[in-house]
Amino acid sequence: MTFSMKTKKQQILNLAGWTWSWVATLALATFGPQFIWDDHQLLTILFVGLNFANGIAMVIANRHFFNSLDELQRKIQLEALGITLGLTVIIGITYSLLDTTNLIGADAEIGFLVGMIGVIYFLSTLIIGRRYA
Amino acid sequence: MKNKLKVLRAEHNLTQEQLAKAVEVSRQTINAIEKEKFDPSLMLAIKLARLFKTEIESIFIYAKD
Repeated sequence: MTFSMKTKKQQILNLAGWTWSWVATLALATFGPQFIWDDHQLLTILFVGLNFANGIAMVIANRHFFNSLDELQRKIQLEALGITLGLTVIIGITYSLLDTTNLIGADAEIGFLVGMIGVIYFLSTLIIGRRYA
Repeated sequence: MKNKLKVLRAEHNLTQEQLAKAVEVSRQTINAIEKEKFDPSLMLAIKLARLFKTEIESIFIYAKD
């Protein structure tokens, strides 16, 4: 795929759309059973499935976004992803270890890991991008 | 790798934005190549050489870091 700013912007908007709808369906699947449809099992299954399908669409949109980048931008993203993956494994295992050895009071939550992935990815993209500025 | 991209671009009165558009990359990529922070792929090097009607070796000079 050849690079163009227009295509890149379209892919960013596409990815943003799928990401927001994934967050929305996640919120519905999480809080819906308690606050909207009174633990109706079929509706819960439907929304969990919808959230999962939405997640797949988000991954595909992310792939399209990646393919719309030029070679330097891909290199930046790749380095950022490498750092994010490495740190996630290290911090995730340490966090889990802190929980299982009772060194922290609260239980290890997957939400913490997901949030941390976002922050690390954002910061590493920013820092690596500045290196090529 | 050293290069003469900035000189060639100036000789052809092109802005970084115009050159980027001509070879289908971002302006950031052209800037990074000119500052010798990023070495382009063979495909991009060929595109640049064709655009300036010259050889790749006359734009990019291999030098050990």
